[in-house]
Amino acid sequence: MSHQHRLRIKTLTVVLVMVVCANLGDLMLKRGMLQIGAVQISAVGIWHALLSTIHNGTIWLGILFLIGFTLCYMTAVSWADYSYVMPAGAFGYAIQTVLAVIILHEAVNAQRWIGVVLIVTGVLLVGQTHPTTTETKTAAP
Amino acid sequence: MIRVGFMLVFFICCSTGGEIAMTYGMKQVGEPSSFHPMVLLRFIGEAVRNGWVWFALPLLAASFYSLLILLSWAPLSVVIPASAFNYVVGTFGAKYLLKERVSRKRWMGVVMVCVGVTLVLLTGKN
Repeated sequence: MSHQHRLRIKTLTVVLVMVVCANLGDLMLKRGMLQIGAVQISAVGIWHALLSTIHNGTIWLGILFLIGFTLCYMTAVSWADYSYVMPAGAFGYAIQTVLAVIILHEAVNAQRWIGVVLIVTGVLLVGQTHPTTTETKTAAP
Repeated sequence: MIRVGFMLVFFICCSTGGEIAMTYGMKQVGEPSSFHPMVLLRFIGEAVRNGWVWFALPLLAASFYSLLILLSWAPLSVVIPASAFNYVVGTFGAKYLLKERVSRKRWMGVVMVCVGVTLVLLTGKN
């Protein structure tokens, strides 16, 4: 396997983990906030919401996934181009739509499917380019 | 309208600036030599000590809050395409600030992603 091929697989794997972490993090935050209920816009309401989020395990799980997303992003851009990682990360929007159809049985209109096709085609185009076009160094072991 | 335009420019500058500063900092740190837990811990430690990473964090926080403010000021049909436009501005930033070589194929992919994200997010919020 050539160096370039290995580099591409390594980059796309980290980006895929990054996208999964971001989606799971958002999902957990949404589920946690639904468990807490609507936040009342007042000093007492916001204070209660803050205490509830601190004591909610699902929110903490969401935060952990979002930390995972940040670490994956930082790792990916330590060797790969920003202009490679950033559009590849948009693949998450396509995954969200497919999951919404398969798991939640949501109806998705034609405009959204066109968007998904454009994202997937765009990510495939970006994925075919070389992940690194600048000099990279290896961190001190 | 002027305040929405100003906030859009502020949002795009903070978002793109923060991500480019983060990338610049991580390029200085360098890629981890392996995915061994100890190597990754040292890698995170190096990243935490990098000034550019710390410069990026407030910019990214400002971009998040300015997006929230924009959503309360302007219709989604304005805010979402503007936020998706970040992909194009970010690619310009990568080309001219980070000196990345952006091929025609990559540009085409970025523009497709930008339009695709706009379509998906607009229908998702309707």
